[in-house]
Amino acid sequence: MLDFLAEAGEYLPFLLRGALVTIELSLVAMLFGTVTGFFIALGRRARTRLLRWPLNAFVEIMRDTPLIVQLLIIYFTLPRWGLTLGAFPAAILGLSLNLAAYVSEVFRSTINAVDRGQREAAISLGMSGVQLYRRVIMPQAGLAALPILGGYFIALLKDCALVSFISVNELLRNASIVISDTFDGGNIYLLVAIIYFIMSFASSRLILHLENRLAHNRRSGPDRMSGTVPTMEKEAVR
Amino acid sequence: MNPVLTVRQLGKSYGGRAVLDGVDLVVEEGEIACLIGPSGAGKSTILRCLNFLETPDRGEITFGGERLCSEDGNLFQISPRRQLQAARARMPMVFQHFNLFSHRTVLENVMEGPCVVQGRPREEARMMASAHLDRVGMLGFAQHYPDRLSGGQKQRVAIARALAMSPALILFDEPTSALDPALVREVESVMRDLSRDGLTMIVVSHDMRLVRSIASTVHFCAEGRIAASGPAGQMLGSQAPLSMRVFLEAVSDLAGQE
Repeated sequence: MLDFLAEAGEYLPFLLRGALVTIELSLVAMLFGTVTGFFIALGRRARTRLLRWPLNAFVEIMRDTPLIVQLLIIYFTLPRWGLTLGAFPAAILGLSLNLAAYVSEVFRSTINAVDRGQREAAISLGMSGVQLYRRVIMPQAGLAALPILGGYFIALLKDCALVSFISVNELLRNASIVISDTFDGGNIYLLVAIIYFIMSFASSRLILHLENRLAHNRRSGPDRMSGTVPTMEKEAVR
Repeated sequence: MNPVLTVRQLGKSYGGRAVLDGVDLVVEEGEIACLIGPSGAGKSTILRCLNFLETPDRGEITFGGERLCSEDGNLFQISPRRQLQAARARMPMVFQHFNLFSHRTVLENVMEGPCVVQGRPREEARMMASAHLDRVGMLGFAQHYPDRLSGGQKQRVAIARALAMSPALILFDEPTSALDPALVREVESVMRDLSRDGLTMIVVSHDMRLVRSIASTVHFCAEGRIAASGPAGQMLGSQAPLSMRVFLEAVSDLAGQE
């Protein structure tokens, strides 16, 4: 136990620097992946097959091959075709595109779930397509997507460990560096697990908090019967 | 009199089956035109073609002096999207199932059109929206979300939302059909007030009580056409055309069974 604490104290700063990279990767990939995924979802609703077909193919390919293979292809195979990316940009690209495929499915279903009648009401007020999305569809589809996206973020945080394979100095890779230095893996990996757990747990609490706040804002209106006397009752008397 | 809306030979088919088969309709300013007729006669489809929620495939619609779609020889043409959007803003629709925006309060529902579509300043829109809510007796519920309201209350908010557009015409698609009998009356009384104020309306309804209480003209639809039209007094009285009398008797039989 003393061993462990001594070791932890010595290597913790180095590992935390890796953890910081992991958080950076997750946040940036989450942002790009969500935005890209949203536009893919829109594109897949397009009337023209020219847009729909390639996007469907993209989503299928990203979902039906392992993320680690996608990362390896982006980092090692693309340079042969003339596209050379540094390790960090390659990691961001791979993680974002992979996430975008899944996110597009989320938005596809939550956009579809928005009440058709409300769309028609918006259109019948003279709203344009952009206004319809901005004012009616996205506030509802976005809120519905939030818990799922939160779950994806936590998965992403842990998937970031995969980019150690393409030499990004994130948490797991820094741990490997320490181990190759000390020739002792046992305790370091335990420390890595603890750091991952703290990051994921904190994120999930934060997301839960955010969800509750958004849901609460929407529900804070007064109760149905606590307002002024409904006219309904006045009319019944009449 | 000024026609607000003129429809000529409007047609619409789904997969080769004609749902609308040459509809002619003229609505004057201040007129309350009620479309009645058996289910499947195309009443709602007529209404939904007027604001292009459904796309007609032949005929002409002229609204407020503007051609929204036209037929030149065999060439059927629909106006550009912008023009349709502008036209919709001046003929909002009230739906059978209310279709209020569930993520917005009652007040925000009514402000939405003026703010977003007409680009009015929020304060001005809020004052106007409050006035319209007051007119339908819903001002006390301004801060409520729609899911806390009864059907009749929702429908009155939907009417306020339409009024907020300063419309030239309001389309009502079965406004009382989804309501409990006890709630029908509150919507009916709001609509009667509007009719007294000279608002132009087209009302599709099965609710003969509503029709009798507000209609200035009645248009009887059958098989995708308007089979008979006339002033309400004449159409609903003993002078009504035969097909219409048969329909009215059938409807009153149904009402008797309830």
